[in-house]
Amino acid sequence: MRITQGTFSFLPDLTDEQIVAQVEYCLRKEWAIGVEYTHDPHPRNTYWEMWGNPMFDLKDAAGVMMEVRACRDAHPDSYIRLNAFDSTRGFETVMLSFIVNRPKVEPKLVMTRTEGESRVQRYSIKAAV
Amino acid sequence: MPQQAQQSVETTVDLAAEFRESGVAEILDELDRELTGLKPVKRRIRETAALLLVERARTRLGLTTETPTLHMSFTGNPGTGKTTVALRMANLLHRLGYVRKGHLVSVTRDDLVGQYIGHTAPKTKEVLKKAMGGVLFIDEAYYLYRPDNERDYGQEAIEILLQVMENQRDDLVVILAGYTDRMDRFYQSNPGFRSRIAHHIDFPDYEDEELLAIAETMLARQNYAFDAEAKAVMADYIRIRRTQPHFANARSIRNALDRARLRQANRLFETVGGPLTAQDLSAIRASDISASRVFAAKPAGGAEDGA
Repeated sequence: MRITQGTFSFLPDLTDEQIVAQVEYCLRKEWAIGVEYTHDPHPRNTYWEMWGNPMFDLKDAAGVMMEVRACRDAHPDSYIRLNAFDSTRGFETVMLSFIVNRPKVEPKLVMTRTEGESRVQRYSIKAAV
Repeated sequence: MPQQAQQSVETTVDLAAEFRESGVAEILDELDRELTGLKPVKRRIRETAALLLVERARTRLGLTTETPTLHMSFTGNPGTGKTTVALRMANLLHRLGYVRKGHLVSVTRDDLVGQYIGHTAPKTKEVLKKAMGGVLFIDEAYYLYRPDNERDYGQEAIEILLQVMENQRDDLVVILAGYTDRMDRFYQSNPGFRSRIAHHIDFPDYEDEELLAIAETMLARQNYAFDAEAKAVMADYIRIRRTQPHFANARSIRNALDRARLRQANRLFETVGGPLTAQDLSAIRASDISASRVFAAKPAGGAEDGA
């Protein structure tokens, strides 16, 4: 199942040139870019593994692409996303986040239903291939 | 037929027009105007600019497809303007379209080499990422290589640098800088660097008159000025300072001027009672310079004559 998380996720996968263009946009806004990856695309899995530190003070997208490529080489079969962090006082949050790599076979999200006390239904979602 | 004409690539290039449009002329003029002396350096930069302009025209006509190697080496004594010229060079390469952003990241060994195993690679990469799209200026580059210590982490930084210099020539230009003789030794022991660097530019020492001119420009920039006597004393100062150890060309002059300003401020405090004019506040007098230690120490040669 195609996971739709973050910006652009309903569009076809971004090409590298498109990613570069997005990164250039972020750098123009002076946002710091972080590369993160995970195998578990569960919507509640907000904290993905960090690929190195977020990159501050970059001027050009080539530096980010270097890390994206390195991360793809190391984890070709995982989700990789870029987070653009705005450190401006009052925002101090992620302003843009989008997926730049997906595994070849994306896991399904399986819902299980458990009956609890007084026939309460508990629902849980799990990623399963 | 008209369709075909549209599709065909350009067949002529107007070099003069390209030169005008690129804005390179302004930078070269600025270089001539704002930097005193450095004639051979300016000539080399002009030549390099011409080469790059021609290269760009050739690319446009489909004669070459490769990016020329732009990595450079600036050698010369301290204070001869290597960093300043590197800054202009970054601007120049940006105007010519060889680097995308045109900023300069200036680093030394400490910024590239880590302190323990596994620390160097991320540190070097961090610097490289920041320099992408611009120029990476490595000052005193020979410190990267320590032949006496086999396990020195500098070697690791060198390997990463070489790899990026080769594979990402479109993304970044590296300028290595340092003293002439030590850089020569560095290149001898690191043939990888020598073969990847196309432009070697040697920075000569400044003449005494050039240093005096530099001193005046520096002061003028801060709205100070020598009076006639002070200028003569400054000329003496430069002559004597040159013979003493740790002479660093324009940098020594800048430090001397900083101290002269300090003495001027003290003098104003101690001697002047009444109101001061703008001219009083901006005049550097002979006494502000002659109080320097440089005059107290005997110059290396002719110490006996002076006694």
